[in-house]
Amino acid sequence: MATTATTLKNAGPATGSRSFFAKLRDGDEIARLVTLLFATTVVLITVGLVWELWVNSVLPRQKFGLHFFVTSVWDPIMDQFGALPFIYGTMVTSAVALLIAVPFGIGAAIFLAELAPPRVSDTLQFFIDLLAAVPSVIYGLLGVFIVVPLVRTLIYPALNNPFGYLPIFKGPSYGVGFITAGIVLAIMVIPYIISVSREVLLSVPRDQREAALALGSTRWESTWKVVVPFAKTGIMGSIFLALARALGETMAVTMVIGNTPKIAASLFAPGYSIAAVIANEFTEATGDLYLQSLIALGLVLFLLTFVLNGLARILIVITTQKGSEVRG
Amino acid sequence: MSNGRLRWRKFVSNFMLAMTGVCAFVSVLVLFFILGYLLFNGGTSINWDFFTKLPKPVGETGGGMANAIVGSGKILLLASLMGVPIGFLGGIYLAEFSGKGMASVVRYAADLLNGVPSIVIGIFAYSLVVLPFKHFSAYAGSFALGMMMIPITLRSTEEFLKSVPRMLREGAMALGASKWKTIATVIVPAAYRGIMTAILLALARVAGETAPLLFTAFGNRFESHGWSQPTATLPVMIYTYAVSPYDDWHRQAWAAGLVLLGLVLIINILARTILSRGIAVPRS
Amino acid sequence: MKRFAGLAIGVLALCAIVVADNALLINGAGATFPYPIYSKWFDVYHTKNPNIQFNYQSIGSGGGIKQITEGTVDFGASDGPMNDDQLKAFQDKRGTAILHFPAVLGADVPTYNLSGVNGALNFTPDALAGIFLGKVTKWNDPAIASANKGANLPATDIVVVHRSDGSGTTYIWTDYLSKISDEWKTKVGKGTSVNWPVGLGGKGNEGVTGLIKQTPNSIGYVELIYAVQNNIPYGTVKNSSGAFVKADLVSVTAAAAGAAKSMPDDFRVSITDAPGKTAYPISSFTWLLIPQKFQDGAKRDAIKGFLKWMLNEGQDSVEALSYAKLPKEVVEKEKKAINNIQ
Repeated sequence: MATTATTLKNAGPATGSRSFFAKLRDGDEIARLVTLLFATTVVLITVGLVWELWVNSVLPRQKFGLHFFVTSVWDPIMDQFGALPFIYGTMVTSAVALLIAVPFGIGAAIFLAELAPPRVSDTLQFFIDLLAAVPSVIYGLLGVFIVVPLVRTLIYPALNNPFGYLPIFKGPSYGVGFITAGIVLAIMVIPYIISVSREVLLSVPRDQREAALALGSTRWESTWKVVVPFAKTGIMGSIFLALARALGETMAVTMVIGNTPKIAASLFAPGYSIAAVIANEFTEATGDLYLQSLIALGLVLFLLTFVLNGLARILIVITTQKGSEVRG
Repeated sequence: MSNGRLRWRKFVSNFMLAMTGVCAFVSVLVLFFILGYLLFNGGTSINWDFFTKLPKPVGETGGGMANAIVGSGKILLLASLMGVPIGFLGGIYLAEFSGKGMASVVRYAADLLNGVPSIVIGIFAYSLVVLPFKHFSAYAGSFALGMMMIPITLRSTEEFLKSVPRMLREGAMALGASKWKTIATVIVPAAYRGIMTAILLALARVAGETAPLLFTAFGNRFESHGWSQPTATLPVMIYTYAVSPYDDWHRQAWAAGLVLLGLVLIINILARTILSRGIAVPRS
Repeated sequence: MKRFAGLAIGVLALCAIVVADNALLINGAGATFPYPIYSKWFDVYHTKNPNIQFNYQSIGSGGGIKQITEGTVDFGASDGPMNDDQLKAFQDKRGTAILHFPAVLGADVPTYNLSGVNGALNFTPDALAGIFLGKVTKWNDPAIASANKGANLPATDIVVVHRSDGSGTTYIWTDYLSKISDEWKTKVGKGTSVNWPVGLGGKGNEGVTGLIKQTPNSIGYVELIYAVQNNIPYGTVKNSSGAFVKADLVSVTAAAAGAAKSMPDDFRVSITDAPGKTAYPISSFTWLLIPQKFQDGAKRDAIKGFLKWMLNEGQDSVEALSYAKLPKEVVEKEKKAINNIQ
């Protein structure tokens, strides 16, 4: 009984009046401190990472300032570094990826959320989750051996012959280029759009659909004109998530983009992305300005994905909360 | 409402809904296409040699990827040993001990870390682990991958611990167990399945990562002994062989791709089936 | 609890297995130009000396220079010799000098993928400069056609392929172009990584060869063995005496003949656009970059041992891979220079 009394005493809330060492004898306090230590480690790692990036990119900041973002010359011999071609390439490939992935992804999500019976929906979602797990180097492998020849032999003639006068379809095709990278990225980000959009659509309260149907709309009309707009913030969120993923993608892009730091209007031209140039040139950047310029690019990429991920999260939370509020 | 117009609307409705079905099935088909293509191109190259031999000199045919397979295994093992305890114990802190302020800071940091592009993690690991010690090493690669495992482990541990029913907690407390004993012997085992799943999913995710290994583990022609030598890994080998001009290397790249994809998919399927027999996973 | 104990024991056991072996591992990184012969040499050397492993990663000459300066590898390799700034940087950072040791002679060849053309096209210096400057854009341009009467050159666009990484092969190519074209010299210059006017980037000699193989109407520059091993055609280049010469053992050796006699003590020399009727104009030495002082005595001795082997038996296997042997005078000079490594 004495032991029970002691443990009961110790199980009470720790009051400030007990000395630190008394608390330490408590197993609980040790547990709290140990786990606190590990939790702080997480914060330290993150802070350390941002700090390292910032500190190790000081040279280009000093030398180029904001010009770094608008110069398009990347010349290691002359020590001239500008981020514009890489930012451009990252943006263009992501834009192409979204243009392809968003209609497909939302369409598939609508099917899974609205039409498919729960069993089918869950099974298909299972496979789509597996698709999201495929490593990016495998996408790169398939990109090199399937998508590149496809672009060169099928897509380029299909777009260039009728529309070759348009600046975006002009010029020769090498197989590799912005459009190839965009297509590979599209396949990689579709699963993210599908799974998040599906969740968001599922959280739209039944009454919304039923009200529309009661007013005489067809299934499609109720989906497209009522449910989807209701969930549109969340769907936006899924698109931002997909975009963040596309921006940071390294291996698949560097294997099919052509590795050319140039800005070109044509989608068939070769280009470069931030992640790809870091992967290719990091181990050989002789000279501090060169290396730090690459790290500065890494910082830019980090900030972009950080902002997008944050926005995405907010948008998704807003939508799912809206759904549960309306449900009452 | 005229009949013609209604018929048109119904037609549009059926058509569009069919299209969404097409989108969904095509998306799923891509997965099977990838698997099938890898099987077709790499299946015949998966033989005993592939798993047991070292790479041959440039331009010669034959050889295998024994060192890369072992290398990947080593690095993943160490990465888990580094990342999982931090995520796990940190998650316990968030779920059981922390106040609101600290909790949001830690969660925010974890989300930030999760969103960092893997190439940037590679830069961080290079400056922190490779440069000061002056060599590429397995533990530099593990450090990079371990860091990537932390956020998923942390968030999932927190969510699963929180979802353990109050009854269990209160029952343990009523029996006189101290807080840490409750956690260790009651709550964690109850949430075990979910946490295990999260760890497996985190592992599957980093197993396929190539970019952070490019300038941490680097590469090795031979098996690497110990942890402080450059190490060959499966994803990096796939990349190197795929962009080369040698047909024999392409063949081996397909085989390696198949092995890697198979590994990742098996871990994923395993993790998800463990979970579906237990608690439902809260979507992140 | 028991589960954890079991897991921990398993992990420790695995570590033990994995740690148990004490072969000396020497890490090197750098040029892709000599990668085929290096990988062959290190393989053979390991069979003869099972306790020594040379791990060479071909990441490009730029990478070799960078990593040896950082000290993350034990030796580097480059086909572009380190310039004075880089030498100084090495000295400042590592407190000792870096030594260059020529390993083999090789050549950059213009290789292409042109349907209907399986033989060797003839390239004048002006044609090459024009193509890589982006001024000669079609295959049937007079600059190319005038030297190839009878060849069936299509009117298609030329796809230029160059290196995307820091490359000694690029150094050799741009060194040559700078010598024969003032426009190239002022506009682009020479180096391991230049601001290319046109073209796609491939990583390593391997990547460039791969791109050319897969891209019709492409042209690029690679080390000879890569074109040979992959069965892609490569052209002749007009040398300073006016003859169209194809890269092979004879023509590359001829290019080095002059340098052999007047080799500087630090072995840094350029032999592009060499004089001589039979000389191939885009030849080059490739160097191993070895620090002068080593902390680790075992590594130093292993590297010195390898260098001696490389200069004796090693040279016997180079011709099979289309590299040319080092001239005798250079070999003798190098053998003496090995003693400088402490």
